[in-house]
Amino acid sequence: MEKPVILRLSGLSKRFGSVIAADHIDLDLHEGEVLALLGENGAGKTTLMNMLFGEYTPDAGRVLVRREGRLHPLPPGQPQAAIAAGIGMVHQHFALAENLSALDNILLGAEPLPALRRRLAPARERVGRLMERSGLAAPLDERVGALSVGERQRVEILKALWRDARVLVLDEPTAVLTPQEAENLFTSLRRMVAGGLSVIFISHKLHEVLAFSDRIAVLRHGRKVSEMPTHDADRAKIAAMMVGEEIAPPERPPASPGEEVLALEGVSIRARSARERLDDVSLRLRAGEIIGIAGVSGNGQGALAALISGLRTPDRGRIRVAGRTMRRPSPRNIIRAGVGRIPEDRHRDGVVGAMSVAENLVIERLDAPEVQRRGFLRRRAIRANAERLCHEYDVRGPGIDAPARLLSGGNIQKLILARVLDLSPRVILANQPTRGLDFGAADAVARRLIAARQKGAGVILISEDLDEILALADRIFVMHAGRLAEAPGRERTEIGLLMAGQMDAPLAASPQKARP
Amino acid sequence: MTELLDIFLNESFWTASLRIATPLIFGVLGALLCERAGVLNLGIEGIFVVGAMTGWMAVWMGAGLWGGVLVAALSGALFGLLHALLTVPLGLSQHVSGLGITLLATSAASFTYRTALPDVKSPPRITPFQPLDIPYLSDIPFLGPVLFQQTPLTWLALAMVALVWWIMARTPLGVALRAVGDNPDAVAAQGLSVYGLRIGAVVGGSALMALGGAFLTMSAFDAFFFGMVNGRGWICIALVIFASWQPGKALLGALLFGMFEALQVRLQTQAGAVVPSQVFLMAPYVLSILALVFAARRADYPRALLKPWFRGQR
Amino acid sequence: MIEIEPRAGVSPRMRLLTPLLAALAALALAAVPLAFAGVPLIESYRQMFAGVFGSLFAFTEMLTRATPLIFTGLAAAIAFRAKLWNIGAEGQLYLGALAAVAVGTGAVSGPGWALTGLVLAAGALAGALGMLLPAALKTRFGADEVVTSLLLNFIILIFVQMMLEGPLKDPMGLGWPQSEPILDEATLPKLLERMRLHAGLLIALGAALALHLVLARTTWGFRIRAVGENASAARHAGISVNRTLIGVALVSGALAGLAGVSEVAGLKGYLTADLSPGFGYAGIVVAMLAGLSPLGVVLAALFVASVFVGADSMSRAMGVSSFLADLVVALSLISVLVGGFFTRYRLRWRARRTRP
Repeated sequence: MEKPVILRLSGLSKRFGSVIAADHIDLDLHEGEVLALLGENGAGKTTLMNMLFGEYTPDAGRVLVRREGRLHPLPPGQPQAAIAAGIGMVHQHFALAENLSALDNILLGAEPLPALRRRLAPARERVGRLMERSGLAAPLDERVGALSVGERQRVEILKALWRDARVLVLDEPTAVLTPQEAENLFTSLRRMVAGGLSVIFISHKLHEVLAFSDRIAVLRHGRKVSEMPTHDADRAKIAAMMVGEEIAPPERPPASPGEEVLALEGVSIRARSARERLDDVSLRLRAGEIIGIAGVSGNGQGALAALISGLRTPDRGRIRVAGRTMRRPSPRNIIRAGVGRIPEDRHRDGVVGAMSVAENLVIERLDAPEVQRRGFLRRRAIRANAERLCHEYDVRGPGIDAPARLLSGGNIQKLILARVLDLSPRVILANQPTRGLDFGAADAVARRLIAARQKGAGVILISEDLDEILALADRIFVMHAGRLAEAPGRERTEIGLLMAGQMDAPLAASPQKARP
Repeated sequence: MTELLDIFLNESFWTASLRIATPLIFGVLGALLCERAGVLNLGIEGIFVVGAMTGWMAVWMGAGLWGGVLVAALSGALFGLLHALLTVPLGLSQHVSGLGITLLATSAASFTYRTALPDVKSPPRITPFQPLDIPYLSDIPFLGPVLFQQTPLTWLALAMVALVWWIMARTPLGVALRAVGDNPDAVAAQGLSVYGLRIGAVVGGSALMALGGAFLTMSAFDAFFFGMVNGRGWICIALVIFASWQPGKALLGALLFGMFEALQVRLQTQAGAVVPSQVFLMAPYVLSILALVFAARRADYPRALLKPWFRGQR
Repeated sequence: MIEIEPRAGVSPRMRLLTPLLAALAALALAAVPLAFAGVPLIESYRQMFAGVFGSLFAFTEMLTRATPLIFTGLAAAIAFRAKLWNIGAEGQLYLGALAAVAVGTGAVSGPGWALTGLVLAAGALAGALGMLLPAALKTRFGADEVVTSLLLNFIILIFVQMMLEGPLKDPMGLGWPQSEPILDEATLPKLLERMRLHAGLLIALGAALALHLVLARTTWGFRIRAVGENASAARHAGISVNRTLIGVALVSGALAGLAGVSEVAGLKGYLTADLSPGFGYAGIVVAMLAGLSPLGVVLAALFVASVFVGADSMSRAMGVSSFLADLVVALSLISVLVGGFFTRYRLRWRARRTRP
């Protein structure tokens, strides 16, 4: 027998400028149900959930919540109202104040503001009970800034439980977790669902959707294109619905690695936080191969990328490009040595949004004679270069003289690819190159990387998406806690163990050395 | 060497230190409140001027001394509100808006003063706050004069340190203020108003800054002069970084500063013949720069400082 | 309730219209303090207008006042373009003036053109060094340049007083703290008979044009723009952010220093500690009104100078405090900020609907 509807979204629509992010979406959530919301990046999942939680005001449509046996509409655009109605939201980018303790974060907004003092003892006790019941433990008095990602997520969920959430919305909850941590999260959620909680979770990892949800709804281009019970679904069917076409992974001809193009030898970077640390990392990249670097984010990938980009000098060890040791690595020297870099955060590091597309295409080689003559910009040559590259790399937007920030994410990435690949680099560092891109743009990026490898470039692909690594990489390494180890095979579970830091002695590429 | 010792052993040195520190205490606390909530308030210098002028003028026009204090706080709050509206809901550059507030507040105060008193030769005087001189307590050797012969505004400043500390550390409001300066999304997601908290903090902080100005005309002196604030507001902006945004350290920073100034006044009388007096006049500004350079490396800025936040744009 | 929505693009017409409207708004808002002072409004505005456009002399006075404002406006504009907050133009102006009198009052002799060149160079160099310190403290120690450059203004002014009462004091000055007069050969020539307008204006216009070309046409200008708009991406692309900032600091300080030279060697002839009525701070307003464009700075400086000269003359005629000019200048900064907001965003009203 079908359980009663606890939450109903009816005809929700939202438009941002000319983009329709959500287009008359209807959705029901039943009591004690786990609903998976699937869709590509930009399909409207997060927009929909933000409307549900009152962070966005919908242009049309309503959110109805069951109270005393009847569905009541929520006032739009008011998170307080959503919280009061029992909706809890766990954002993908955690909404936590890092300078406060976990307990303070849980109580934030739940205590009356004019109060002269806080009643922490009973609060602590109740959080303790919630932790016990849900199986979610977190150190309550630690500053959130010092907590691990997994702990932060648990604090986020506890925040919702503290407010008596009956509906829990999780936006890509496992994106930052190891497979094992994700498993634990789902176990806890199962327990809470058994206790009457209803869950909506956003994901694009098909295997966890199939394993954990009761029902699946698929969004595409802001519309709900399908809804079905999970037991009627299978991978291929859902994937095709998400993308709207059959998915053919890019062909990857066999690799024929040549000479070494990049080598890291015992490189260490000391840093206070674990995410910026590298610990005795060694790696040899050869021409014509793609090395995939898997791992949960925040395990030193950022430091590795900064190192290869020239943004960070190693505290110990050496970096060698095309056989030459880099004595003073800097972005400028690294670029000159033939390393092309595709940064993780393309908006922050990849383009100067206020400058034109044409200018962004030459920003890495301002001193080249094609770009300047005696310090003056060769503006005609710069525009001609832009015309050519935008055509070759299919960069679409309002024109080469328009500011780069007006381009879509996919086109910004194509711009960066054009800038990098046009110089025929020996080494390409691609850090999360397809994150946040829709299928078409991601596919284009993957094909470009494979083409560059065919032309003899060595590629380092850093990605949190194991599927992407498995599809593109010739060899796979795993990063954990600032250390790098080569995976012995291409087995998902084995790589998962490495990602969780369970590097058994024979697997570890570099045994722990005594610190000086 | 013995001269230095003499200075430190003299209670008048410590009395002067606390007196000189008082406007800075107000100013640093005010800046702290604003910055903890994520808003830099460079209007501080102008708000000092406004507080000094309006507080004095209210008394000159017949209000009581505490009435003057209230008027000063309210006029500071008003300019704070303008800065808050420009920088919080509109998200405009906090640097430029703050400098604009300083220019506006300074010229508005000067214009009002000149318009009210078009042709006075010397600035008219009021009867300022007198030292409290509490019976018995003031007679305690050393501590008595230092602590209990201060004017009520110095006591108000010390009380404000305790109050701001209490609010920040011990109340839900303080937790929310600290959160909104670190991650406004966290505050919004819990159903609190980011705009409300930030505007409130800037308005309240600006009122405190204005009290620092009011102290100058109603306690330290008894009249309003152009240019009397003389960079004290900017010094507070440096001190708040030195104090790592903590009320206790803000008090400490202001006191150290007051001590240094009191010391240089005394050294000046002793060494005045050898060293030009201007060297001593420069000292507070040099000291502020040094404090800033010293503190900058380990400064743990509120993460959301200077970053505008817009509703519905996560 | 109101929502803030970014506009897709900013039309060039709006970009030009905004500062114009802001300036008009500031002038209109001046009615409030004028009414407060109890003077007839229409007559006041008429006097203000006449104070600038009433005679050739008035107009050249305005241009004379605009000269240092162009320099300090350019100093702020180029620094702000790189997101280097140089609030110390006032101090750098005095350093420039100090260097000008240090070399231009007889310490060095030579032919006129060389001496003028030397005075200009010394002033620019002194100003540049004045901004080098905050910039170096920023790049080296991470010390906020807003506060350091502001505090330096006070230090420099006291230093100037010290020099004027000490080594640079004019023995013939009847005890006033002022410097000896600049040698005749070193002064900037006057542009018109019987007017105070001097060649500093031409140098300022040349500087504006040069700065415009540098920003728009050279790789260095490219770097400055990139660092200012997105320092992170600039660094990633191989641009040395610190080196660029230091370069910008030097140019910005030099421009502010030239403002001091032009006031001393073009207008006053000698240095006093009240040389500048806040030209350094007004330069920030000029730069913001100009939208940080060097050519816009010229127009904005003409506006701000008109406010100063017009309001001054009106003040004298109507018996209103001359602080009115500062008030209008401050109001125009606030207005242009708000105007800038509305060119980038629009407000959207939406009804809250809670019907079931």
